[in-house]
Amino acid sequence: MPDRTIANRSMIEISRVTRSYGSFKALDETSLTIREGEFFSLLGPSGCGKTTLLRMIAGFDTPTSGSISIDGQPMDGVPANRRPTNMVFQSYAIFPHLNVEQNVCYGLKRLRLDAAEEKRRVEEALAQVSLTGLGKRGALELSGGQRQRVALARALVMRPKVLLLDEPLSALDKKLREQMQVELRRLQQAVGITFVLVTHDQYEALAMSDRIAVMFGGRIAQVASPKEIYQRPVNCQVADFLGGMNFVKAEIVEENGASMTLDTPGFGRVRTDKPAAFVRNGRAATLGIRPERLRVLWDDATDAHEVAGKVVDRHYFGEITHLVIEIPGFEKPLSVTETNNFGADDIPVGASIRLAYDPDALVALAD
Amino acid sequence: MTVPAEGIVGPAPVRRQRNPVLQSEAARGLSLISPTLIYAVIFLVVPILLVLANSFWTQHYLEIDRTFTLENYRVALTDPIYRDLLLRSLWISLLVSFFTVTLAYPIAYFISFHGGVHKGLWLFLITIPFWTSYLLRVMSWKVILGYNGVLNSTLMGLGLTDGPSDAFLYNTTAVVITLTHAWATFAVLPIFVSLEKIDRTLVEAATDLGDGPLRRFLRITLPLSVPGIISAVLIVMIPTVGDFVTPRLVGGKDGVMIANAIQAQFGKAANWPLGAALSVTTMAVVTAMAAFIVVTIRMAARRAR
Ligand SMILES: Nc1ncnc2c1ncn2[C@@H]1O[C@H](COP(=O)(O)OP(=O)(O)OP(=O)(O)O)[C@@H](O)[C@H]1O
Ligand SMILES: [Mg+2]
Repeated sequence: MPDRTIANRSMIEISRVTRSYGSFKALDETSLTIREGEFFSLLGPSGCGKTTLLRMIAGFDTPTSGSISIDGQPMDGVPANRRPTNMVFQSYAIFPHLNVEQNVCYGLKRLRLDAAEEKRRVEEALAQVSLTGLGKRGALELSGGQRQRVALARALVMRPKVLLLDEPLSALDKKLREQMQVELRRLQQAVGITFVLVTHDQYEALAMSDRIAVMFGGRIAQVASPKEIYQRPVNCQVADFLGGMNFVKAEIVEENGASMTLDTPGFGRVRTDKPAAFVRNGRAATLGIRPERLRVLWDDATDAHEVAGKVVDRHYFGEITHLVIEIPGFEKPLSVTETNNFGADDIPVGASIRLAYDPDALVALAD
Repeated sequence: MTVPAEGIVGPAPVRRQRNPVLQSEAARGLSLISPTLIYAVIFLVVPILLVLANSFWTQHYLEIDRTFTLENYRVALTDPIYRDLLLRSLWISLLVSFFTVTLAYPIAYFISFHGGVHKGLWLFLITIPFWTSYLLRVMSWKVILGYNGVLNSTLMGLGLTDGPSDAFLYNTTAVVITLTHAWATFAVLPIFVSLEKIDRTLVEAATDLGDGPLRRFLRITLPLSVPGIISAVLIVMIPTVGDFVTPRLVGGKDGVMIANAIQAQFGKAANWPLGAALSVTTMAVVTAMAAFIVVTIRMAARRAR
């Protein structure tokens, strides 16, 4: 999806920001650049500091040390109400005593636009989130999805330089969530505003973002495009957080510059790129491969790269089947996801099986 | 119900029936509240009915003539003494409610928004003065406002006045001050509760949309705390109209309120029916005024948007 060219101008500069609560660091020396017009996601497990970072960008919280600038302006001492950012809150924070229209033009009132202009902008914002005609609805008469749209319209109508979204979709049911992901993405492309989305849902981040920052325990582990994050995670933690990953113990045979050669009992010698954050620790390393990059070999089919094993478990998921396969020499069994088009759901537990793999899909991972 | 003779029988239209379990639950519920109900009937409904009945009778010295008459109401509504007393009581209670709420709001706001983890402690501290008797608190205002009181000595000590003044005690102002102090805590609580209920992210959202502290208070916090303000006003206004201890002790001649007149009818003047009629009239007027105030505050809040 990230096919638009994004200006290479930076919109948000976060440099060495730390936020401590007593001796606990919710955010630890974090630096990050978010570009203008970019759909940027902060992804990480609960408690990793995503909200903390977002709130500091919005101005609701101040860094213990470090600085943040937005659009070239340092934000130290600038209160939240004077920042060129607007926020969509996780709980939506719709004003309960106001109707939809009044909610949407809440921020406009202060600008003292003439009545016609104000009305035009409110209508435009409501149209952007497909709420046309619901302007007179009371805030308490809205469904979850509608509230979410009102919150979005209320922020967009201010034409901020940056829109901050804190898990905006997490309260919606699955269907609506998927629909809103598409809509949010389309909206962002239409208005061209920089979006910063906080989420702990890796699929959401992968589906919507131009770039993703993966965070763990107050630190950013990797910043890259969805594809790169998924295919070339820098370490086991990132790899594991973004969907399933098979980890195989390997031995470093050779290491030079940007690439390295690893030896494993099952996959043999493999030459891979060296991850940026790789820290050599003796001769041991880890090799990862995604379950969908392993392929079942049927009947007499052969492949240049194959491993043989025995099915020990099987989970049916409708369009796909997860197979758990024990391979001699591997510490842990491999997970394989196979589409059910060829009858993977009929492979009995206990069957002997051969798997083909693409050596390019093997990634070396820092621990 | 008739069963269709032929074809496929669709799902029979079932009328929602009362679940027997629910019924028994309702019965159990009733039996549970019945002590309260009996209590309420004996101590609330019966006395009011007695007062109502009395108000239509006539007192002949020690006898009560039980023939129906509206004479008591004619006196209560037209006699200038009672009319003035009632108006003054309403005025005093209005002033008291206004000052009480104005004082209580900042206190409640401070505790709710800046009380941190010590909210409970703050509330507790506020209630401490109320551990002493109401009478004592009224008397202490006498000590403060009296001729030889704290206020006079302070003013003289500062050289602001030459001699003691008797202007502070025994008038309407003294009644208003004393009642305001007496009711302040009762107003803090409902306002505090309504402020506590306000989702803090709403205030953040207002900030995010560009409002500074004053604007977000006027546009979000204040309108959302209106229910608390209304209950505070009612909690203070309704009982103060009927207060007779405070006017008796610090009110002097100017500070007499309707309740003093009612008390006199049931006491020295020994005209229970007139006292009853005055009570019923006061109740009716207070109810009307309370309703009027609720509507006014609500409308003001709506206008403020
Ligand atoms: N006011 C606070 N006092 C102490 N610790 C706090 C405070 N606010 C946040 N923290 C801690 O900081 C860490 C990061 O919190 P944050 O809210 O940023 O997490 P998050 O990544 O948004 O998680 P989630 O996905 O659950 O929302 C957490 O461990 C949290 O306990
Ligand atoms: Mg969070």
